[in-house]
Amino acid sequence: MSNLHIADRIFESRLFLGTGKFGDLNEMNRAIQASASQLVTVALKRIDQTSSDDNLFSALDLNAFHLLPNTSGARTAEEAVLAAQLAREALETNWVKLEIHPDPRYLLPDPIETLRATESLAKLGFVVMPYIHADPVLCKRLENAGTAVVMPLGAPIGSNKGLRTLDFLEIIIEESNVPVVIDAGIGAPSDAAKAMEIGADAVLVNTAIAVSNHPVQMAEAFKEAVIAGRKAFEAGLGKVETHAVGSSPLTSFLFD
Amino acid sequence: MTDSKSILDQYSWNTVQTQIYDTTDQDVRHVLAKDNLTLDDFKVLISPAAAPYLELMAQKTQQITQRRFGKTIQLYAPLYLSNECQNICTYCGFSMDNKIKRKTLSNTELLLEAMALKAMGINHILLVSGEANKTVEINYFLNAIQLLKPHFSQISIEVQPLEEFEYRLLQAAGVYAILVYQETYHREVYRQYHPKGKKSNFDYRLDTPDRIGRAGIHKIGLGVLLGLEDWRIDSFFTAAHIAYLQKQYWQTRYSISFPRLRPATGSVEPNFHLADKDLLQLICAYRLWNENLEISISTRENETFRNHIIPIGVTTMSAASKTNPGGYVVDPQALEQFEVSDERDMETIKNQIRKMGYAPVMKDWETNYAGIIR
Repeated sequence: MSNLHIADRIFESRLFLGTGKFGDLNEMNRAIQASASQLVTVALKRIDQTSSDDNLFSALDLNAFHLLPNTSGARTAEEAVLAAQLAREALETNWVKLEIHPDPRYLLPDPIETLRATESLAKLGFVVMPYIHADPVLCKRLENAGTAVVMPLGAPIGSNKGLRTLDFLEIIIEESNVPVVIDAGIGAPSDAAKAMEIGADAVLVNTAIAVSNHPVQMAEAFKEAVIAGRKAFEAGLGKVETHAVGSSPLTSFLFD
Repeated sequence: MTDSKSILDQYSWNTVQTQIYDTTDQDVRHVLAKDNLTLDDFKVLISPAAAPYLELMAQKTQQITQRRFGKTIQLYAPLYLSNECQNICTYCGFSMDNKIKRKTLSNTELLLEAMALKAMGINHILLVSGEANKTVEINYFLNAIQLLKPHFSQISIEVQPLEEFEYRLLQAAGVYAILVYQETYHREVYRQYHPKGKKSNFDYRLDTPDRIGRAGIHKIGLGVLLGLEDWRIDSFFTAAHIAYLQKQYWQTRYSISFPRLRPATGSVEPNFHLADKDLLQLICAYRLWNENLEISISTRENETFRNHIIPIGVTTMSAASKTNPGGYVVDPQALEQFEVSDERDMETIKNQIRKMGYAPVMKDWETNYAGIIR
């Protein structure tokens, strides 16, 4: 299985994890370990460097993976840029997962603010990973703006509904010059495998693992599903035939 | 112009009452089988007919809440700024006709209280005051926020209704949420409980969330004082208010609180009793109707109820609260707004949350997010 290249880093694992929603921070660490993920996102708003108690940030084992701060909570490009700068200062990383969802109900990303923020952040030297709708045109616009990857959603965040945007994800994967990471909505390992089979470069999973009754086991299941899906993609999946291939071909007369 | 008043005037108290009490078992089963619930469905879930389905409602509530909010509970504490008040609210300890010494925190006192809260690990605070429009007004609040902002990640306020330009100033100063409770949506009953002071203006209070929404504040907290009127009907009006606000101010988060009437100096007895099972039904009804609503439980509720409610729909809890200005260190004897029921300290509450398999969250905001103006 090939490695994934993003900016100056090489990833063996194509499974990225989120840290929200875990009920037990020790269990979260064990789940991350079981997933073998090398990139884990954490909301800047939950990072507290002044206290070690009940602190998501201090619970994370930073030797095992790269930390990807995200701008969750920002409603505008300005807020997101400020958040990215605060995160760069606090965590000494120029990587940022750009999340601008002004709609607090379904946490749907704002394409206009996201494009504006990506332009600014790329100029400021950030490795930008924007969370977006599965919009192929927006993906090309983000590419032009200097994004490192695109992160289209499969379904609304936390919905566990799977790849509801499948047709658009396929177009994005076909057209993209940057890695495509499918973010949000992946509810089952089979969804993650499917995403990898259609050629996504990676997936990001949070709710399906964090809220599972057995997060560690679920993390392992996702790890295996992502590997299986990627291997199948690289091996080349057999085409699904919608009808039988005729035993008396129509064109054989040409060669008679 | 569309505003809260014009929306809520579409509903008649008596009609809603009849609809709620006429709900049948068949109606309830129909709603419980649905995925996306409407306001009419909410009405069904708060009816007496839904009471036998409480266990099922609680199970569904837990599942939906975990998916949307995870196994986490955010913790905050109130910081009372002042108990001065020019209103008469017959249920409230701060009511003007209570002849008790009043207190408003000075800068030094405010910081002493703040440091006590910091020492408890508090990072999210709620500033509370009575309604003394001459002394504890926008400039007092702005000064308090400026003093507190370096020390806390999230500052919310629950004070008298203000003007839109004042809410804009608070937003720019870094305020995250504004809580304003209608107390009751029954116009005549509201008048009886609020005979004097600026608060006696029902419509001004009703349109307050519109002014907050227009000012771009991140979160609005609503609720009614449970016990003043029939909670079922008042809660329907609250939900209708939220439904309107969510569409109108779509960038705003909404939270719901459930202040049950608690004993306070000079207070009245509740007219309507809300049992624990009723409150639980109400919480579940809100969650099943609205997956994204934040649900807050205060220390008005007792230990047992608070322990068991953790995995059933709640997203936010206050802990170790004092409801009097200076209550943490400066002046613990000062007049309190109501008697706290759950008096456990912060560590005990955190441990209880962990025991239930949930993570206590002390920080989930950046004050830097508020106040950025393009």
